[in-house]
Amino acid sequence: MELKTEAANPGSPHSSVIKTHQLDKDYRLGLTILKALNHIDLSVTKGEFLGLVGPSGSGKTTLLNIVGSLDTPTRGTVEVLGQKVESLSHKEAAKLRNNHIGFIFQTYNLLPVYTVFENVEFPLLLLGIETPRRRSMVMDALEWVGLADRAESRPAQLSGGQSQRVAIARAIVKKPELVLADEPTANLDAENSHNIMKTMLQLNEDLATTFVFATHDEKVIGYVRRKVTLVDGRIEKDEIQPRH
Amino acid sequence: MIEFLFKGLVRDRSRSLFPVLIVAAGVMLTVFLQSWLNGALSSLIQSTAHYRTGHVCVMTRAYNEKADQLPNDLALLGIDTLLTTLRGQYPDLFWTPRITFGGLLDIPDEKGETKEQAPVSGMGVDLLASDSPEWKVLNIRPALVQGHLPKQQGEILIAEALAGKLHIQPGQKVTLISSTMYGSMTYYNFTIAGTVRFGVAPMDRSAIIADLNDIQQALDMQHGAGEIVGFFHDDLYHEDRANVITEDFNTRSSKSSDKFSPIMGTLRTVSGLADYLDFASSFSGIILTVFVVVMSIVLWNAGLTGSLRRYGEIGLRLAIGEETGHVYRSMMVESLFIGIAGSIAGTAIGVAIAYYLQVHGFDIGSMTKNSTMMISDVIRAQVEPSTFAIGFLPGILATFLGAAISGIGIYKRQTSQLFKELET
Repeated sequence: MELKTEAANPGSPHSSVIKTHQLDKDYRLGLTILKALNHIDLSVTKGEFLGLVGPSGSGKTTLLNIVGSLDTPTRGTVEVLGQKVESLSHKEAAKLRNNHIGFIFQTYNLLPVYTVFENVEFPLLLLGIETPRRRSMVMDALEWVGLADRAESRPAQLSGGQSQRVAIARAIVKKPELVLADEPTANLDAENSHNIMKTMLQLNEDLATTFVFATHDEKVIGYVRRKVTLVDGRIEKDEIQPRH
Repeated sequence: MIEFLFKGLVRDRSRSLFPVLIVAAGVMLTVFLQSWLNGALSSLIQSTAHYRTGHVCVMTRAYNEKADQLPNDLALLGIDTLLTTLRGQYPDLFWTPRITFGGLLDIPDEKGETKEQAPVSGMGVDLLASDSPEWKVLNIRPALVQGHLPKQQGEILIAEALAGKLHIQPGQKVTLISSTMYGSMTYYNFTIAGTVRFGVAPMDRSAIIADLNDIQQALDMQHGAGEIVGFFHDDLYHEDRANVITEDFNTRSSKSSDKFSPIMGTLRTVSGLADYLDFASSFSGIILTVFVVVMSIVLWNAGLTGSLRRYGEIGLRLAIGEETGHVYRSMMVESLFIGIAGSIAGTAIGVAIAYYLQVHGFDIGSMTKNSTMMISDVIRAQVEPSTFAIGFLPGILATFLGAAISGIGIYKRQTSQLFKELET
C-alpha cells in the first residue's frame, strides 16, 4: 500500500531542511558547566536519511531536541525548514512541530488510553483536519505500516515492534517534511529493528521525507545513507554510506 | 479535539474516577459535618424554645431577675389584656401563656394514704382550647405513650419515665403539692390522662403537663401566668427580628421603675444560653473552617499530583505540536470537570445522608439521660441552603487551583525536560 502524497513538500530536492551554525548547548550541573554540544555545524538537505551516531552522552538526543524545537541552543543558530529555532516563541515552535516535524521515540510514547487509530489521529486533530479526511489519512498511515487491522487495539495489546510502527504512523500521518527519531530501535529485537528501518526507508523514498536518527544501534547504522558521528558534543565524522 | 480529550479522561480512571471520588468524599464529609453541626445547634435552640423560653418571652421585670427560681409570686397578672396587645402588635409571632412550677406529686393508695411521692417540674399550658398552639409546640400528640390527651379540666399528662417510677397508670388520681403565688401551701387533685415521652431528658425525667386554668386555680394565679411565650410562625428562631420586636416592646411597655411591668427577652437572653450559643456557633464555625481548609489542601494536592503525574504525556503532546496554552487550558477544563462532577456527587451524597439524619435522627438518649440541657435525645442533621454550597465551592476551587499551580510547570520547564519524564 502506497501512502497518498497530498501535501506538497516545499523547496527543491536539495534545499536545506536543517542548518546549524556554531551550535552550542551547555548544561549547568552545580558549579560545573557541561558542554553537551560544541560548535556543531551541520546541514541536512531534503530527502536525506541521516544517522547521528555516537556513544551515550555524545549529544545526539540534545541535537535532536534542539532541531525539533523542544529545546533551545545556548549559542549559535539553528534553522529548520527556514525558521530560526532559537528565536521561535512557544506558539511558533508548536506550529513548526505540528505542521512540519514528526517525532519517533525510543519508548514509542503512545497514549495508553487511546486506540491505535486515535493515537495516529491526534496530530491531525491538532491541525484541525475535518473528520472524513482525517479518517482516510489515519487509515492510509496504518496501512502503510501494516497495522490497519489493529486500528481499534490499545497500545497495551501490541508488541514492541507493532507499537513502534504505530509511532511511525503517528509521525508520518501528517506527511511532515522532517522526521526525527531518537533511538527508534533501542527497545526492539533484530527482526523488528530491520522491519522498522525498512519501513522508514520506504517512506523516505516514497515521500521524500527527511529522516534524522539518533542511534548507537549497529543494526540501524547500516541503513543510514549519511552517518554523522558525534563524540563529546562535537562532530567527529560526517560520511556518506554506500546503498545496500 | 474536546471529544478526543474527554474520551481520554473518561477512559483513564486514574485521571477521572479516582479524582472524582476523592473530591466527592471530601465534599460529602464537609456537607455532612456542616449539616450535622447545624442540626445539633438548632436542636438545642428549638428544644429550649419549645419547652422553656419560646423565641421571645414576656414576664415581669422582677420575675426575669429571678427566673431560674421560677418565682410565680412575681408572675404577670391580667394576661388577657397583655395577650391581646401582643397579638395585635406583633402578629409575626403567635403568643401563648405558660406557668412553670415545681412541686411534689403525691400518689395515694386505696385508703388515700401516700403510696409514692416524687418532685416534679410542671408546666401549665393551654391544653383544652381546640386551637391551642401548644399541641404543636410541645409536640404533645406524637409524644403520647399511654392513655389519652386531656379532654377536660383536672386531667394531666405525666412523663412516661416518671409514671413508671411512681407505678401509676392513666386514670389514676394524683395530688400536686405546691405553693400558691402568695406563698401558701396548696393541694390540687388531678387525674392522669396519659403518659408522654418528649425525647428531651429534663422533660422526660420529671415533667407534668396540666391545663393553664387548672394551674391558675391550683396556684391561685387567676388571670396570671409566669410567662407569655412567642413563637415565629415558621418555628425558626430569627434573632434579628426577635431583637427588633423585643426592643420595640420594651420601649413601649416596660417601665424600669415598675418591677411588675412586663419585659420581653429573646431566647438568647432569657435562656442564659447566649454565651453557650456564641461559643457553640464559633466553635462549629472553626471546626468547619478547619475541615474545609484541610479538605481543600487534600483536594489541591490530589489535583497537583494528578497533573504532575502527567508531565510525560504533556511533553508528548507538546512534542507532537500542541500549543502550551492549549495543553494548560485543557488541564484546567479537565480539573473543572472533575471538580464539578466530584462536588455534585459529594454534595448529593452528603445531602442525602444529612436528609436521612434530618428525618430519622441519631438517638443519643443514653448519653443525655441525666442532662439538664433542653436538648433532644435525637440529634438531627439540618439541611439548609448553605449546605448545598459549603462543599461545592471548595471542591471545585481546590481541584482547579491544584491543577492550575502544577500546570505552571508546563511553562517553566523545557519541553524536552517534560518529555524526558515520559521516559522515566
